[in-house]
Amino acid sequence: MAFIDAIKRTVGRGATPDAPDRGASAPAMSVHAPAPAAIPTATGPAIEIAPNDSLFAYLQSASGVVDAERLELDSPALGELRAAGIRLVVPLVAQGELIGALYLGPRLSDQDYSTDDRRLLTTLAAQAAPAIRVAQLVREQAVEIQARERLEQEMRVATLIQQQFLPRELPQLPDWQVAAYYGPARAVGGDFYDFIALPDGRIGIVVGDVTDKGVPAALIMARTQSVLRGEAPRVGSPAAVLERANEILLPEMPARMFVTCLYMVLEPETGKVVYANAGHNLPYVRTAGGVIELRATGMPLGLLPGMDYPEHEAVLAPGESVLLYSDGLVEAHDRAGDMFGFPRLRELMATELPSTELLDHLLDELHGFVGKGWDQEDDITLVALQRTGGFGMTVGEVPAQTASATSVATSPAARPGGRVLLRASLPGEQGNERVAMDQVAAAVAELGIAPDRVERLKTAVSEAAMNAIEYGSQNDPTIPVDIAVDVEGDDLVVRITDRGLSGPIGSAEEPDLEKKLAGDQKPRGWGLFLIKHMVDAMEVTPHGTGQTVALTLHLEGAGDASHPVQG
Amino acid sequence: MPAIPFKAEVHGTPELATIELHGDVNAAAEAALAAAYREVAALGASAIVLDFSDTAYINSTGIALIVRLLADGRKDRREVRACGLSPHYVEIFQITRLSDYMRIFDDQASATAAGVVVTAGGER
Repeated sequence: MAFIDAIKRTVGRGATPDAPDRGASAPAMSVHAPAPAAIPTATGPAIEIAPNDSLFAYLQSASGVVDAERLELDSPALGELRAAGIRLVVPLVAQGELIGALYLGPRLSDQDYSTDDRRLLTTLAAQAAPAIRVAQLVREQAVEIQARERLEQEMRVATLIQQQFLPRELPQLPDWQVAAYYGPARAVGGDFYDFIALPDGRIGIVVGDVTDKGVPAALIMARTQSVLRGEAPRVGSPAAVLERANEILLPEMPARMFVTCLYMVLEPETGKVVYANAGHNLPYVRTAGGVIELRATGMPLGLLPGMDYPEHEAVLAPGESVLLYSDGLVEAHDRAGDMFGFPRLRELMATELPSTELLDHLLDELHGFVGKGWDQEDDITLVALQRTGGFGMTVGEVPAQTASATSVATSPAARPGGRVLLRASLPGEQGNERVAMDQVAAAVAELGIAPDRVERLKTAVSEAAMNAIEYGSQNDPTIPVDIAVDVEGDDLVVRITDRGLSGPIGSAEEPDLEKKLAGDQKPRGWGLFLIKHMVDAMEVTPHGTGQTVALTLHLEGAGDASHPVQG
Repeated sequence: MPAIPFKAEVHGTPELATIELHGDVNAAAEAALAAAYREVAALGASAIVLDFSDTAYINSTGIALIVRLLADGRKDRREVRACGLSPHYVEIFQITRLSDYMRIFDDQASATAAGVVVTAGGER
């Protein structure tokens, strides 16, 4: 709007040159159809031209300068303009739309406006109108961008808040492997899972799904999870917990919304599970004799009062696994419109895998099924438990998610004699390299590594994760990057695994700053160089679906801040 | 810690301009950093101080952006200095040899007080 401002400044001085092409002392105005226009004047209040005022239509189709005194129109605005002393009106029309007008009072010399004056004003208006329109559009776009950025910021905060609702750590159960994955379709989701420690040593396991997705579902998800967390330790049996949750949620539930939920209580020592179902998918159990469903029926929560939820029992024998899941997995569609489906999941469930690897296997199969560029339709939640019997395993802590990362998963089991510090899976999108970095830093905090070495490790992790996201996932959030942090003997090993869509990373050209400054090398290309200098060893291992970059830090002397950097 | 959006603020005189970098120096910083350099060029400053005091994260793409700015500075015979880097990033500037081409100071006061290195023909 610089042009209009310039006109206003001329008017504000109250004096104009006296040549034929100079002359008006009247105020300028702008009109932006179709909204009523406010006209700042030097002598009175703003004059508005309503879109339904006949002057508006007249100016929109006028071919040039309009003489306000001679114009015969039944127009309230015209009357006001005349009263304000306006002599000439120069419409500013861009692409057939009246976007403003110049208003001129009497010439200072008291002579009439000449033909040259009018021609000049017409030319001026023809050139100014498109420029003003462009400025208006730019301003409108800037306002839209600001609004969008504000909304995106709010969603990022919502994501963070929702991540706080998910379990911060998986239960550590002797003779059990536990794994979980949570992948909302949007920034926030309506799926949820939970592990609830019960007073008698048993573990409550919840998987639920709120109708719809996005913010409304996330709000209901938070409330439902809160109710279940409160009621489960107090009430005890799965049937009673669901009945109680239904009674609490029913009066609060918005129309056309409800929650499906399966609640299972596990007695880790015996493998006995007691469960009840509020309209959720039936869990699959892999047994020596094949895959079976744990059947249970019941109405979803929040639909009808006074519902009963029949309770069932089963015992998981050593070697058997159970999978709880939401419908985002089975109802995913490929490009041809075919659904992933229950039969496929049941078939995959038959594969003999530890539960920690089962989830990776299922997600790999899902990504293979839907193909690249998949627009995830619904939230996906998976919880797997395997009774290992006598084998024993420590399952690592999963730190709270700290940014836009949306998934938590476990992957490879600890190596013999090793200790798991972190298993995480992050969407393959830019920015999550920083999430990976922060998660690894949190996971290794307990080791007391010297701060300068932690900083080097963080840089190496960030660079390796960035490579995995850029070259492995190709910036596709549906193709995850897996992070595993283990202590193996005297070494800390961080493994970053991608799906390798672009093949293994090659031996990058050694960056040469002199050449880069001279323009003989591109400014980029520092990633691998930095990684090699930040950790004690880096190893790249290709595998069937991608590659793993292993970063090793020798823990011996970890507390020594002067530990040399390997060159 | 979530990513911190980048912002660059330019202050200065025709003798020396300071670009204060706020937030993460990564790919998202490219446009703001380039705009800051253009602003410095418009001032005609013969030296630039890059103040990293409010920067906690620089990745390899951020290093590339600094390399590009340094290359532009050398081409325009404009000295580039750095200050406010954490010890970790001082080390990275040393490993990448950026410190061979730009003087590194503890803080903005010492960076702005230092004498100008006369450049000629794009050489240091």
